[in-house]
Amino acid sequence: MSGLLASIGEDGAAGGMEGRVVVYRLALFVASLLFLVGLRMLTNPETARRGMQMAVVGMALGILGTLVHRDIIHYGWIIGGLVVGTVVGVPMGLLIPMTKMPERIALSHAGGGLAVALVGIAEFVGGHVHGRFAMGAISFEVLMGAITFTGSLMAFGKLAEILPGKPMTFRGQNAANFLLLAGAVAGMAVMVVNPALSPVFFALVAVSLLLGVLLVLPIGGADMPVVICLLNSYAGLAASASGLALDNNVLIICGALDGGSGLILALIMSKAMNRSFSNVLFGAFGSDAAAAGGAAGGKSGSVREGTPEDAAELLKISQNVIIVPGYGMAVAQAQHATRDLASAIQAAGASVKYAIHPVAGRMPGHMNVLLAEANVPYDQLYELDAINDEFERTDVAVVVGANDVVNPAAKTSPGSPIFGMPILNVDKAKAVIVLKRSMKPGFAGIDNDLFILPQTMMVFGDAKATLGKITAAMKGGGH
Amino acid sequence: MTIDHILAGLYVFSLAAFLGYQIISKVPQLLHTPLMAFTNAISGVSVVASILIAGRKSDTLLIPILGAIAVASATINVVGGFVITDRMLKMFKKKGAAK
Repeated sequence: MSGLLASIGEDGAAGGMEGRVVVYRLALFVASLLFLVGLRMLTNPETARRGMQMAVVGMALGILGTLVHRDIIHYGWIIGGLVVGTVVGVPMGLLIPMTKMPERIALSHAGGGLAVALVGIAEFVGGHVHGRFAMGAISFEVLMGAITFTGSLMAFGKLAEILPGKPMTFRGQNAANFLLLAGAVAGMAVMVVNPALSPVFFALVAVSLLLGVLLVLPIGGADMPVVICLLNSYAGLAASASGLALDNNVLIICGALDGGSGLILALIMSKAMNRSFSNVLFGAFGSDAAAAGGAAGGKSGSVREGTPEDAAELLKISQNVIIVPGYGMAVAQAQHATRDLASAIQAAGASVKYAIHPVAGRMPGHMNVLLAEANVPYDQLYELDAINDEFERTDVAVVVGANDVVNPAAKTSPGSPIFGMPILNVDKAKAVIVLKRSMKPGFAGIDNDLFILPQTMMVFGDAKATLGKITAAMKGGGH
Repeated sequence: MTIDHILAGLYVFSLAAFLGYQIISKVPQLLHTPLMAFTNAISGVSVVASILIAGRKSDTLLIPILGAIAVASATINVVGGFVITDRMLKMFKKKGAAK
């Protein structure tokens, strides 16, 4: 099946090909196959690493095969680019801490978008775009590539907290964005009708760059998982368009895989937040307006505060414990401390499981990666559906820096902005320990009724320090 | 570009998108971050298009420079993406294999 689809495109160009072109085309064909097989192997943690290695071989083949292409007459710029890319890419890959993964993914989307946009611009300026279809594809490629470039930079700024995480909005923003988008589409149409009109092309580039900025700024920090996934998808679509324009199947295939994966992940994320794409993209969620509505579900009640020692006493007499990590764990870099506590609980004779909500963190799978880094075996990590019924049979649920994903208002308060969002049933556990910096509400500005339940004990302070104290109290205890 | 070329390209896109959707739906939540890093790395295959631009005959210096920047940013994604994917996948261990 995969062989078939990669070969379809190659047939048309047969006849009179020289040896080097055959090598080039075959290399890209084999690379496409290796990417598909590699991706298939990524569906299982047991085979994932080998799958990745196949993709590495595919990439090496693709690059080597391209280097012998007959059109290449000088290698200086190519080698310069490859060297710079490697010198920057390897240390970036090796040194980046796992807690910074969302930032790094956003930044790499920016790089991907930039590369694709530059390819499109260079093809146009160099006069290599022939025909209306190719011009349409190049215009689309540049539009998507440029939006991905600046949009991802904004997402990076928000994640790295260089830019404010709150939505940045102004009156008529959605209308302005719509007009710009309409302008970009009109520009693409003009390019298809008259492929030689370079002022329109460069205007399109400028509008696309601006659109990327304006589309992402009004989106709040906690919605970045969806945005990152969508930008991933845009980068893929841009690459596919470039493959269509350049008649390059490996680009089409990789772009389709990238675009598909981004779209699927974005759908999973927004479903896990019970929100539509348009609500995420244009709703400016987390702004003051949304926060005002959130107060509706809040009951008044008193908070029961406990010390780390109280928490340790409670954990010592438990039989089974579920740990619920959230973005706060990533912020406090508390994944190792979390695992240490889990080990101490296990040493005291109780079972420990981790409940991972799909939107916990700032990126799909964020918590899983952090806990894997802390050496937590992945068969202790449970997805929402797999563990939600277990909370009622659980002695203690320990919430480490999670808030909205455990807020019972999602089930009980129709007026709440998060109503309908699937949450972890932490409120069903016999006892709940919540580790939190302060009583500050989560990103949505909503009070969390979980914190005032009679079975809930709040332990305030830095998650990492608190976890350390609880662990020490569990080990040192006995009195 | 003939209609045959265009259609062939659209065939490839549609089939790859369908196949990709089927495969990626099967990736567990556990591996979603490595999946993003991985697709990010393989989408860096735009490096092959960038290489052609940076290395082929051109009347202006602008084109190879644009090409070289594109090669560099795509290479960062390829190299960095694979290194990070590998780092993450190495960490995922089953019980017993841990430590």
